Amino acid sequence: MRLGLAGIAISILLGLLCAVAQYFKIPVLRQIVAVYIEISRNTPLLVQLFFIFYGLPKIGIQTDAVICGIIGLAFLGGSYMAEAFRSGLEAIPPIQTETALSLGMSKWQTMRYVVLPQALSVSVPGFMANIIFLLKETSVFSAISLMDLMFTAKDLMGLYHKTTECLFLLVVFYLLILLPVSLLGSLLERRLRHAGFGS
Amino acid sequence: MAVRVLADNQPETLLSIENIVKKFGDNTVLNDISLQVHKGEVIVIIGPSGCGKSTLLRCINALEPIQGGQIKLNGQTIDPNGKDLTELRQKVGMVFQSYDLFPHLSVIDNILLAPCKVQKRDRAQVKEEALALLARVGLQDKAESFPRELSGGQKQRVAIVRALCMHPEVLLFDEVTAALDPEMVREVLDVVLQLAAQGRTMLIVTHEMQFAKAIADRIIFLDGGKILEDAPPEQFFNHPQTERAQQFLNIFEFEVVKPHPAPQA
Ligand SMILES: Nc1ncnc2c1ncn2[C@@H]1O[C@H](COP(=O)(O)OP(=O)(O)OP(=O)(O)O)[C@@H](O)[C@H]1O
Ligand SMILES: [Mg+2]
Repeated sequence: MRLGLAGIAISILLGLLCAVAQYFKIPVLRQIVAVYIEISRNTPLLVQLFFIFYGLPKIGIQTDAVICGIIGLAFLGGSYMAEAFRSGLEAIPPIQTETALSLGMSKWQTMRYVVLPQALSVSVPGFMANIIFLLKETSVFSAISLMDLMFTAKDLMGLYHKTTECLFLLVVFYLLILLPVSLLGSLLERRLRHAGFGS
Repeated sequence: MAVRVLADNQPETLLSIENIVKKFGDNTVLNDISLQVHKGEVIVIIGPSGCGKSTLLRCINALEPIQGGQIKLNGQTIDPNGKDLTELRQKVGMVFQSYDLFPHLSVIDNILLAPCKVQKRDRAQVKEEALALLARVGLQDKAESFPRELSGGQKQRVAIVRALCMHPEVLLFDEVTAALDPEMVREVLDVVLQLAAQGRTMLIVTHEMQFAKAIADRIIFLDGGKILEDAPPEQFFNHPQTERAQQFLNIFEFEVVKPHPAPQA
């Protein structure tokens, strides 16, 4: 449970940062965030944990299971939170930002005093749903997954002696299936939104 | 109306718009526009819908990037990517057509936000000034209200006070009465007239021709991305030089379609 709360707290922060980066269309960061959100939303938590658990040590970062769990949860939750915040931010009419800017506020002040307070209240339902979702996920992996994971991975390693490749294959496989679905989804969403404006 | 005499010595140029070009993709909205605004001058910009009036004001406030030319305030170039952009914007007050108050803040907090956070001025002091200004526009008892509790005309008056509290050197008004019911139009226009009488420098976009006539030192007629006329109101309304302006003014005239018979004695 502590693990869950820590993970959720980080995911909220991460989500907020991602949403703000996208809102302001900050050049490189925005693309990184977009890729992150796609990956994070289209791979199951288990696969992500796998990666963190075995991937991080490979690039020289040692972690224990708890840290790993927190990172995993934050990685997964961050994108969901980002989406919740994004929908909140998008609900605020651009004139609000423009007015704030025209009063001489910096982007940061505009965000802090004008946009975020309004956006957060719009985001609340999505935000609560995410917390519940993440808490559920927590119980799943804190009870079974971490242990499971270790065994599975050992099996895999024993079988193939090629952990990294295995993991990549797994993720690529998931992305291949889920990315088209997600792209279709966002396409549909865009269509619907335009249709909505037209009427 | 107040006549600001700029005759004797060289008028002081406050805002200088030099050959600006604004495009949205392939659509050139402002095509090589130049305009000098002197201190204390009231300029009314009119023109058909979609001719780029709002865009021009937005460019001045660097809300839209321009593709050519430059805009200077007190000789300083307004650069959308410049470091001193926020400082320049503080000197340019803007009020938009749609209600743009921050809905989550009370009237007084709407007004105090920028002076306190941006200019770091003393809250009590600004508040005193804000309340005095609110009283001037007839809203002294609305300081603690929220925007949703105000009528459209009241909201616009608050928006004007909010802009004034930043002590701007020039004010931009973009059809501030376009979304209002007729009886509220007047109360807002009266406030703007007051500001003119105080000698404020203003650029006003409006469709209220009588108001334009009363307040303007110069009328700018914009069409096809160009300034077609730049003249004092008497001249513009009575003797427009271009056919486009003539056509535009005709829209506001109505011919009598049912002549009444002379009253019988
Ligand atoms: N964000 C934008 N993207 C693309 N085109 C735009 C954008 N904003 C304005 N335009 C175009 O620029 C032109 C000028 O628009 P603008 O809003 O400045 O006109 P306007 O003179 O203020 O009209 P109105 O009297 O209706 O307010 C229009 O043709 C409009 O379609
Ligand atoms: Mg307009």
